[in-house]
Amino acid sequence: MPTVAPLDLEGHCIAAVLLGDVPHFAMADGAVHRLDHGHKTVQANDGVLAAFHDAANDRLITGGEDGKVFAVKAGGEVTELASAAKKWITSVAAGPQGAVAYASGKTAFVRFADGKTREFVHPRSVEGLAFSPKGIRFGVARYNGATLHFPAAEGKPVELEWAGAHTGITFSPDGAFLVTTMQENALHGWKLADGKHMRMTGYPGKVKSLSWSVKGKWLASSGAPAAIVWPFSGKDGPMGKAPLELGTRGNAMVTAVACHPSQDVVAVGYDDGMVMAVRFADAKEVLLRRPGKGAITSMMWDKEERRVAFGSAAGDCGVIDITA
Amino acid sequence: MSDVQTQIPVTVLTGYLGAGKTTLLNRILSENHGKRYAVIVNEFGEIGIDNDLIVESDEEIYEMNNGCVCCTVRGDLIRVVEGLMRRPGRFDAIVVETTGLADPVPVAQTFFMDDDVRSKTRLDAVVALVDAKHLPLRLKDSREAEDQIAFADVVVLNKTDLVTSEELAKVEATIRAINPAAKIHRTTRAGVDLSEVLDRGAFDLSRALENDPHFLEAHDDDDHHDHDHDHDGHDHHHHDHDGHHHHAHASDIHDVTVQSVSLRGGEMDPKKFFPWIEKITQMEGPNILRLKGIIALKGDDERYVIQGVHMIIEGDHQRAWKDGEKHESRLVFIGRELDAERLKKSFDACQAA
Repeated sequence: MPTVAPLDLEGHCIAAVLLGDVPHFAMADGAVHRLDHGHKTVQANDGVLAAFHDAANDRLITGGEDGKVFAVKAGGEVTELASAAKKWITSVAAGPQGAVAYASGKTAFVRFADGKTREFVHPRSVEGLAFSPKGIRFGVARYNGATLHFPAAEGKPVELEWAGAHTGITFSPDGAFLVTTMQENALHGWKLADGKHMRMTGYPGKVKSLSWSVKGKWLASSGAPAAIVWPFSGKDGPMGKAPLELGTRGNAMVTAVACHPSQDVVAVGYDDGMVMAVRFADAKEVLLRRPGKGAITSMMWDKEERRVAFGSAAGDCGVIDITA
Repeated sequence: MSDVQTQIPVTVLTGYLGAGKTTLLNRILSENHGKRYAVIVNEFGEIGIDNDLIVESDEEIYEMNNGCVCCTVRGDLIRVVEGLMRRPGRFDAIVVETTGLADPVPVAQTFFMDDDVRSKTRLDAVVALVDAKHLPLRLKDSREAEDQIAFADVVVLNKTDLVTSEELAKVEATIRAINPAAKIHRTTRAGVDLSEVLDRGAFDLSRALENDPHFLEAHDDDDHHDHDHDHDGHDHHHHDHDGHHHHAHASDIHDVTVQSVSLRGGEMDPKKFFPWIEKITQMEGPNILRLKGIIALKGDDERYVIQGVHMIIEGDHQRAWKDGEKHESRLVFIGRELDAERLKKSFDACQAA
């Protein structure tokens, strides 16, 4: 039976991550809590709006209301990486070689490890940011499509057009596909080799959480009463194929998804705080956590594939041990 | 509108540059009213008050990808409101200041069309600041000035000290001609009582029409000859403006393209009325800026209130009819290119036999 070590905090959890093997919880008020031989806290932004787990550097990048970008490392080391006047930092992402991207209004910034920064100004607001897996490009979700930049080289950006407001963005782990979340209840995708469109619609709610399965074979998503899991193993992605619907519940919506690091299993978080693990092959479900106070906002598996850190919109966070 | 208690009210301030928005905002932020406001502005500009909860935001109008041209939202507001609402303990209400040329519709629609925003906040009222001296010029220049008035629940007619009483009467008649349903306050230096602009509940179906029970009687549209009620006893405005029923003033304003259609009837057949209003808002949605109404439904002992913005319409039972209260249906459309005759005829056809 899975056991839950709860951590009851105040406010909305933006990100629940493991740094080293220490669970960290970044809250909207900017406090980053960790369970490291007891409950400890450090302060990042005055108000965190966006956070990104930088797996390569084992750190959490945060951006916030104070217009600053911080890096939080295991053990509570907090470093200010950038400050962009007094405008909100609304999106952050991390790429290879220590590069960090952040967005404020219509401008996307890329800060390289040596501290040099490049600015990319767009005609419309920068909604979402993501680096490609090899870090040659980074993508910006925007109104009516996405823009791909080459941050380390000169050259024209590549524009990918699709009508509507694109709010979030992710590259597939092999770099072959780009997928955006939209203001409407849909995902949109592009096959980067030929620009072919992929429409992924039918969600009853907005998609706010995406997670690629091991080797990018599947893309799990929130926004429905089940985790919607699209097949990406074919050369044309999910086109013409139906997604899996895993962990379907009649009375709750999925608000967060996190794929298992090595198996075709997804942790599914719901708007009532329940968490389940579901296997792709047979849709078998295991209850990991009973409903709590608020919607699950963030989850992450640890490297040992034994624990899941989770955070909620009401502050009832914790760590699930699935082996206990 | 369920769960009203937990929804934070949002006031939208519109008005041209120089109309007095900043003055009013500074008052909202500095006066001792016991409430804390988060303010979303386009530019920090001249707000001379240091407050962590003044958020600068780039106006981003997003067309919804559903084939409807009037389905627009403000993407930046979705993001900012979502961010603010993750730390809700810091403020009691939100004020959105729009740019001078802003179209108020996407701002308002954001609070109806986006599920996340809608679940946490509620649009309280749209307040338009109007410069008494420059309004005639603004109406000549642009459609936005007219839209802002047409869309408002409250019009603050500011800088009245800069015009003669004749000019003022004429400006007010113009505002009335554009929007017969709005409350008008005459001010200098945006000196309106803040309770007249904040916490109005103008979009709250249970309160909207209660604020101004005479909302449809305050004005008769010249085109519709709906003169079966008298104009006596209108004491619902706080100022002694005695000119606003004199439509002769308004009729010489050639720059007004917005019209209103006021309809009045007896009890409605719900089987006819609801399909009708749905069809009208579907077909005429792009032309309808606002609609408000109190409907008497046959066989229903409660008043039914409706309101709409373009194609978005919502309605609910409001309260029981009082003893002796006339079971009457009243509906006003504010918009452009409305076919008043057709609206009236088809509305009349919905009356219960």
